[in-house]
Amino acid sequence: MDDSKITPTLAQAQAAWRERTEKGLARFPERKNLALDRLYTPLDTAQVDVLSDIGFPGEYPFTRGVQPTMYRARHWTMRQYSGFATAEESNARYKYLLGQGQTGLSVAFDLPTQIGYDSDHELALGEVGKVGVAIDTLADMEALLDGIPLDKVSTSMTINAPAAVLLAMYIAVAEKQGVAPAALTGTIQNDILKEYIARGTYIFPPAPSMRLITDTFAYCSRNIPKWNPISVGAYHIREAGADAVQEVAFAFANAIAYIEAAIAAGLKVDDFAPGISWIFTADLNFLEEIAKFRAARRLWARIMKERFGAHDKKSQMLRFHVHTAGSVLTSQQPDNNVVRIAWQALSAVLGGTQSLATCAKDEAIALPTEDSARLALRTQQLIAYESGVADTVDPLAGSWCIEALTDRIEAEARAYIARIDALGGAAAAIEKGYMQGEMANSAYAFQKSIETGERVKVGVNTFTQEETHSGEYLTVDPTVGERQVARLNALRAKRDAAKVSAALAEVRAVARSGENLMPTLISAAKTYAGLGEICGVLREEFGEYSAHADI
Amino acid sequence: MKRIRVLVTKPGLDGHDRGAKVVARAFRDAGFEVIYTGLRQTPEMIAETALQEDVDVIGLSLLSGAHNTIFPRLISELKARGLEDLLLIGGGVIPEGDIPSLKAMGVAEIFTPGTPTGKIVDFVAARAG
Repeated sequence: MDDSKITPTLAQAQAAWRERTEKGLARFPERKNLALDRLYTPLDTAQVDVLSDIGFPGEYPFTRGVQPTMYRARHWTMRQYSGFATAEESNARYKYLLGQGQTGLSVAFDLPTQIGYDSDHELALGEVGKVGVAIDTLADMEALLDGIPLDKVSTSMTINAPAAVLLAMYIAVAEKQGVAPAALTGTIQNDILKEYIARGTYIFPPAPSMRLITDTFAYCSRNIPKWNPISVGAYHIREAGADAVQEVAFAFANAIAYIEAAIAAGLKVDDFAPGISWIFTADLNFLEEIAKFRAARRLWARIMKERFGAHDKKSQMLRFHVHTAGSVLTSQQPDNNVVRIAWQALSAVLGGTQSLATCAKDEAIALPTEDSARLALRTQQLIAYESGVADTVDPLAGSWCIEALTDRIEAEARAYIARIDALGGAAAAIEKGYMQGEMANSAYAFQKSIETGERVKVGVNTFTQEETHSGEYLTVDPTVGERQVARLNALRAKRDAAKVSAALAEVRAVARSGENLMPTLISAAKTYAGLGEICGVLREEFGEYSAHADI
Repeated sequence: MKRIRVLVTKPGLDGHDRGAKVVARAFRDAGFEVIYTGLRQTPEMIAETALQEDVDVIGLSLLSGAHNTIFPRLISELKARGLEDLLLIGGGVIPEGDIPSLKAMGVAEIFTPGTPTGKIVDFVAARAG
């Protein structure tokens, strides 16, 4: 890193130290299978160039952060993932969280909504309002956002296969509030490739799915420039079993596929790439996670510049949201999760995230209660205002360990991306089951390392205790499904059926013609056509995807 | 000795299949024959597969909160096919308070997050072996 100080003397001194240490190893053997080296010195970062590899925050290659002042000017957005039951109940939770100092919304949709079914569909039985809020029509979206000023609050929506339809509903609500599209800020997840390999809420086959994504890119860049039309999911790939390097590499490979599709559709990279945002996880290995965020920023900037010739700084910046890892939380001794979540969140902040969602301690058991949701938010506020880590930019830069790890993760991720390129890109690699197989292998190896005791999991395989589960957990009202279906039926009786039919026919025509679907989806939303009705038409036109079932 | 045949399945719309796949591999490594259905299975589909594949055990993975709806429907589909004696187990994000009623309706055991796969394998070997 600073060549002037790396003299033969240091190398010699280190070799001599190693030799002296070896003698003691017989008496104090090191733990086996650790991923990190015993010690990092300037010799490990000799290849790192301070100016071109680390540089300055706000400047290429953005290793130190995307903003020049980072949290000294403004903290990250505290954006808790929330949504359950009906639109009214979720709206009340949003208002509560905003009242507690949360600074942005993050909408969780229930599974029928995520898979494009109305609440009265056969497959929706038992799922309505469970893992998120049920949205059938524009009426639900109006209730969800009631009293929330959409020109001031930014909204992130975890929605993928039917993302274009939910965005259309959001635009329609904003219009009714008198907010112009150009004033809207927020994100739709809209990342279908990771649904095929990790998250499972796909609807259509890859080709029409890519077309929907390209349509939203084009529409957003022209009409709602401050909106992020995609949030590429690294998080879900990691949670489904990937390791840190695979998390970065597979998400980047997916994003490369979207960019290539958009360019093939005639868009210019600097017109849409500034709208690409990301979601990463913060897992438990504190140092590795910090290095991962730094490595990801640098690698993405280089890919955008070198591979796609992007000139706009915003195209090169990896702007990301972090959600702390839920899969590592335990149902045993759930209070331990408070501590895990705190250092996960700290790694995200030290890694320079733009926004953060912290899990609640009870998420291995149920949805968070109001109390546990508040504690999760307070965890972020404690880090922001009391820990001091937000007072200087990228405080761990220059640590030999962190810089060496940053370098290693970038190199290993680059090698993975080259392998995926050789397979024909992300879509082909997914079709061949490559990423799924790699993730399943990592997940199984991880689980076995816990069961053999090689990896200690506090409260699970070590430091266990007899437990009585006496805590209070949130339960979703079991009548929510019936209530939602009743609402939907009442609305269907009230709306103008002829207008709905005409709008659905128009959606079908545009789906066939290949023109941009967004304007007609907005018109359809305004007629109170159901999400399931709109997606039903698209299912008929596009077909449905059926996945691999390999273990 | 006849090898234990296990059907591992993801009912409903939930896409979280990491746990289902890990448990399926653990069953396979334990010498069981494993059939994994993949996602989006209805209770009818699961009962029908169990019948066709002549399995001894059905393992359901649920992280979506739909367990109180799906288990009763599956049990009635199994009864309709004379399969009520199959060993039925479940795993995933299922609150402790819901477990007694699931057991009362015929679910043999529920394994929550953090359960070692060895414990699940031992349970199945003891009850279905």
